[in-house]
Amino acid sequence: MVERYVMSIDQGTMSTRCILFDHQGRLVSVGQREHEQYFAKPGWAEHDPTEIWSHLRRAVVPRALEGAGIRPEQIAAIGIANQRETTVVWDRRTGVPVGHAITWQDTRTSGYVEELRRTTGDDFFLERCGLSPTTYFSAPRLRWLFDHVDGLRERAERGEVLFGTMESWLIWNLTGGPDGGLHLTDATNASRTMLMNIRSLSWDDELLAYFDVPRAMLPEIRSSAECYGMARALLPDVPICAALGDQQAALFGQTCFAPGEAKCTYGTGSFLLVNTGTELVRSRHGLLTTVGYKVGDEPPVYALEGPIAVTGSLVQWFRDRLGLIHSAPEIETLARGVEDNGGCYIVPAFSGLFAPHWRSDARGVIVGLTSYITKGHLARAVLEATGWQTREVVDSMNADSPRPLRQLKVDGGMTSNNLLMQFLADVLDMPVVRPMVSETVSLGAAYAAGLASGYWPDLEGLRRNWHRAAQWMPTMDPARRDAEYESWQRAVERSLGWARS
Amino acid sequence: MAGPVQSIERAAAILRLLAQGSGRLSLGEVAASLGLAKGTAHGILRTLQSVDFVEQDKATGKYQLGAALLHLGTSYLDINELRSRSINWTDALAARSGEAVRLGVPLEGKVLIVHHVFRPDDTFQTLDVGSLLPLHASALGKILLAYGATPLEPLMETDLESYTRHTLDSPQRLSRALAEIRDTGWAFAAQEMMMGEADIAAPIRGQGGLVVGAVGISGAVDRLSDSKGRPHASLVGLTRDAARAISRDLGAGRW
Repeated sequence: MVERYVMSIDQGTMSTRCILFDHQGRLVSVGQREHEQYFAKPGWAEHDPTEIWSHLRRAVVPRALEGAGIRPEQIAAIGIANQRETTVVWDRRTGVPVGHAITWQDTRTSGYVEELRRTTGDDFFLERCGLSPTTYFSAPRLRWLFDHVDGLRERAERGEVLFGTMESWLIWNLTGGPDGGLHLTDATNASRTMLMNIRSLSWDDELLAYFDVPRAMLPEIRSSAECYGMARALLPDVPICAALGDQQAALFGQTCFAPGEAKCTYGTGSFLLVNTGTELVRSRHGLLTTVGYKVGDEPPVYALEGPIAVTGSLVQWFRDRLGLIHSAPEIETLARGVEDNGGCYIVPAFSGLFAPHWRSDARGVIVGLTSYITKGHLARAVLEATGWQTREVVDSMNADSPRPLRQLKVDGGMTSNNLLMQFLADVLDMPVVRPMVSETVSLGAAYAAGLASGYWPDLEGLRRNWHRAAQWMPTMDPARRDAEYESWQRAVERSLGWARS
Repeated sequence: MAGPVQSIERAAAILRLLAQGSGRLSLGEVAASLGLAKGTAHGILRTLQSVDFVEQDKATGKYQLGAALLHLGTSYLDINELRSRSINWTDALAARSGEAVRLGVPLEGKVLIVHHVFRPDDTFQTLDVGSLLPLHASALGKILLAYGATPLEPLMETDLESYTRHTLDSPQRLSRALAEIRDTGWAFAAQEMMMGEADIAAPIRGQGGLVVGAVGISGAVDRLSDSKGRPHASLVGLTRDAARAISRDLGAGRW
């Protein structure tokens, strides 16, 4: 019998990757290509959707197939994970995008967002979509496009242009594009638009009216794991069976299927998500309510999310702007040169603080400087900032969620830092566990697709594929933990209110 | 005996030239100063650039001495960088072999464990990172000795500590084993440190092919080897594949 594989496509912020997984959930081959980042004005951040689709078709998928030495017929299903909230609008007839995609990092809508928080208030939005307005989400960007592209609103009304996040754009192209391409999204991605009702998982009439978005341009909202249709371009007759936002895909890849199970992905920023089951939990402590995943006809599983803006990027700043290390991993060597932080704390509020504070007027501070402090102490403070920011989010989760976290599953580049992982276990006072497959975003998309297509039988089967690669246990003295946390909180207070608008 | 290699003489002259004065020269200046054709000078500069002995300024196109020259003599590879570059390959090795994976570098006459991936059976295990192994009684250590990553001489002068009846406790036995490792490209240690335990290891090479560490799997001797006491060829193959992949990531090139 010919061996079959599941393909995952991860359309990320920096690059697009294609990974093939085998039946044991092991990585078989990888194709990857970076794309251009466009920063036309301060605060703007765009991608070229045509470039991304062309990379996928010409380089990313062919390389993965070549690496594994297999033909498209050997692929059981395709799953897609994607950067969330990035907004694409394109012409239904020609397939040509209207300008570039406006990414989740783009803050051009900050004035508009402030205005609608002031005039309408958060509650109107929280009740309907579970989110309070920030520049993160898609709807304000769509509004911006209507206000700045002549005639776009009218063309949208007539159904001539289509809206989507990245998975919608790729699925539409994979299934034929202008020639009958499927226009759809999944509930996790739709939950980040501010246009979907978080309870009914359908487009919300009041939100559509509020943002003046015509229904004709919106994709159909489907389950995260469900066979949508066959690919026609690139991988003819291979079923596309999953789509999830990247952080939700990581939750799935870490097999956090039970309420109370949580994962944190440590990249440039970090994203902590906890499964809250079929119960929708509205946060009172600065977290976002979001759809975790929806498998087939089963009820949706919700999640609470705590995004942290600056974690890995603080290490990059330490390397590139201060030049104290040559490579990111070297920060551990520098930090191990000293016993502790020497009383020094760094709050990396480079563009304000995200969860749980949500303070755009915060700016970064380094406190506790004395003539005793060396670059080693600063290196410690850089790593500890990631630990304490995680602790703040975990505290919020435990305050909001009926089930307190018992352990944290981690993934992402920073998990190779042993000092940080031990510190994390120490300040959270719980085990921190790293899985054997660190590519959890891709794995999650593959799992969802494999589940929908019958390649894997059920969630329990997927759970059995998950293996522990490393585990860190808390060893810090509780009195010291409390004293350090108190110092961190005082440092955070000093970062607030620095920026004046 | 063959005479001096001309291109190496010229490369040395270019490095000396860049080490003088302001230290930033254009291709034309380098070629003119040494009386070389521009094409010849460019070929040598490009090669020096590929091994990081020379850097080229992006804006001006001028050449200067590279960062790697500063570390010459210390053969410096940051252990945390090594772990970070290895992590995907060591995870894959653990998943495929079903055994624990460890990565070792030399430290003051011992093997320092810098990375450890659990055996993928979800039993309770603790991280070994930071622990030390004897050089002569582990496959990881024998790799470091065989390829000159750590000096052999100190071990040749005294009796070697005997942990079990299988430990290579004489300099002669150890030397013979190391010669065999250099022939085959991998090492095996069966019950040489602890009865019932074995490990298989292969060399990790850095830039220019220099061995900077060893990666291996460890576990019960009857899982790692057959009834005749030979390690399973498939496990040796997986270990060597992982070592090659890490070496490629570190810039060792083809070997």
